Amino acid sequence: MLNIVVCVKAVPEPNVANKLKIDPVTKSLPRQDIPLVINPLDSHALEAALQLKKKYGAHITIFSMGPPPAGNIVRECLALGADKGILLTDPAFAGADAFATAYTLAKAIEKNRAVDVVFCGMASSDGATEWVGPEIATFLNMPVVTMVREIVDDQGDEWIVKADYEHGYRMVKLKLPAVITVTRDLNRPKPLSFSGILKARNKEISEWNHEKLKIPTELVGLKGSPTKVTEMTPLESRRNVKLIEGSLQEKVERLVQILSEAGVV
Amino acid sequence: METESAAVFVLAEKMEREIQPVSLQLIGKARQLADELGANVGVVLLGQDLTNDAQKLIAAGADLVLKADSKSLVPYQSELYTEIILKLMVERRPEILLIGSTFMGRELAPLIAARLETGLTAHCIELVIGGEGVLEQRIPAYGGMITIVCPEKRPQMATVANGVFPNPVLNPARSGEVISIEVPRNLPQRIQTIEIIREKLEGVSLETASVIVAGGAGAGDQEGWDQIEELAGILNAGFGSTRPAVDAGWTELETMIGQSGRMVNPDLYIGVGLSGELQHMVGIVGAKIMIAINKDAKSPVFEKVDYGVVEDCRVFVPALVKRLKNTESYAGKVAHVI
Repeated sequence: MLNIVVCVKAVPEPNVANKLKIDPVTKSLPRQDIPLVINPLDSHALEAALQLKKKYGAHITIFSMGPPPAGNIVRECLALGADKGILLTDPAFAGADAFATAYTLAKAIEKNRAVDVVFCGMASSDGATEWVGPEIATFLNMPVVTMVREIVDDQGDEWIVKADYEHGYRMVKLKLPAVITVTRDLNRPKPLSFSGILKARNKEISEWNHEKLKIPTELVGLKGSPTKVTEMTPLESRRNVKLIEGSLQEKVERLVQILSEAGVV
Repeated sequence: METESAAVFVLAEKMEREIQPVSLQLIGKARQLADELGANVGVVLLGQDLTNDAQKLIAAGADLVLKADSKSLVPYQSELYTEIILKLMVERRPEILLIGSTFMGRELAPLIAARLETGLTAHCIELVIGGEGVLEQRIPAYGGMITIVCPEKRPQMATVANGVFPNPVLNPARSGEVISIEVPRNLPQRIQTIEIIREKLEGVSLETASVIVAGGAGAGDQEGWDQIEELAGILNAGFGSTRPAVDAGWTELETMIGQSGRMVNPDLYIGVGLSGELQHMVGIVGAKIMIAINKDAKSPVFEKVDYGVVEDCRVFVPALVKRLKNTESYAGKVAHVI
């Protein structure tokens, strides 16, 4: 049976996140009081795992690093069909960049059990780096394929996948265990079902901190992050807008006129 | 020499016989940073048949080109590339390593950064030498610009998208050193790129389009999205998107304009149903006329454009398309008569 790990990130609800301001003390984003949702690309990572489980049978463990409310996102993944959830939560983990995040996740994955494949979304909607998946692979000494859009052959321990590439894709052969980061083209995540929610009630979510992981605080969170945010500069707008007034049709006419004057139509 | 220990490196990339434009742009930027630091510019190039490429990299500003020329390096193989580059970085210990945000670069950069235990900033739009020679790496976020530094670890690593920095003026008279690198054999290959397949010819290229229509979450659904696409078609415009539209599944990631997507340089830009997020707006370089259509009069997008239409794009765009179609058929008839 396949042992699958899916890494998910609880991200601030994008509509609220747009209004976020950086915390001047921690130099990271205050996330505690913003509604959290599953990072959209991570739901495709989970769906990939669920499809394999259906096909071959698998044990799926969810790993997420975040503040305690991120546990709800882990619970959601269990309701969708994952078997076990591990939330890495510790004040010492706060302010982690991609490097420290990947290191912490890798330490936890390593500690848990042998793993055949790790799925991650190719990027997060808030941090918007694409580094956590490949960096986890590095710390686990596993190979990685990023931006996978299709799993062509998933039999045995040699897989063939299609991954995004300039103007097309690349066909990659990989040997498990491996890390795969996924794009949204890979699949269509299914919505939550009521029976899934009920079943998830009996599933286990563990909370791990740095002591459980036996890693010193210097290697996690802000302290363990090679990169630091030093400054945030608001940008002022440079254009003075003219709002086009009138009825719908008048607005259409005026816009056509503007386009015409610009030589577009 | 002093300069040996303080270098700015660029990982260059050759694709389908051409050095990627972003590689040359980064060498131009590296030249500027290196001059400020009193350092050299080194370039790493891996591939096949590279005989004539080193001079081009030198003409763009490189002092030193480290090239590995081997059949085994085409197509791109992540493990082999990582090992070669890692060895060079350990030997040369550069201050800075810049990598283009190509698919290859976006995969290799974190593999190299993690092995070197250093930081990596994603898709920068500004790189500046700050106090004590530290590289200030700027990315747009949360209504402003965030400056990220990597104060202790080296190299300071950043990825940058094509078009962020200008193409450098090539100076064929520049001279530099070229060193050939041995390609290791018998490395464990747990990952193997079998082949790279070119799938599609681009429609109207976003980078060269003089008119860009970009759609965002306000499209509402696929139907709303298709209406905006129709508008782009009628205007013979490049059709771009924002991240929420990509996340919603209405369009391909390849159409995303902005910091982690494409950089465009149109004469006229129309943003439809989008809120003017900085991550998107920084992708629009130097548009002469900017127009926004958004149903929310308070949308921040209206602070960033010349003309604003406060209407639901799902109502306004079909009306505009209808009107333009009439114009077009009229023009078509006239042309036919003539």
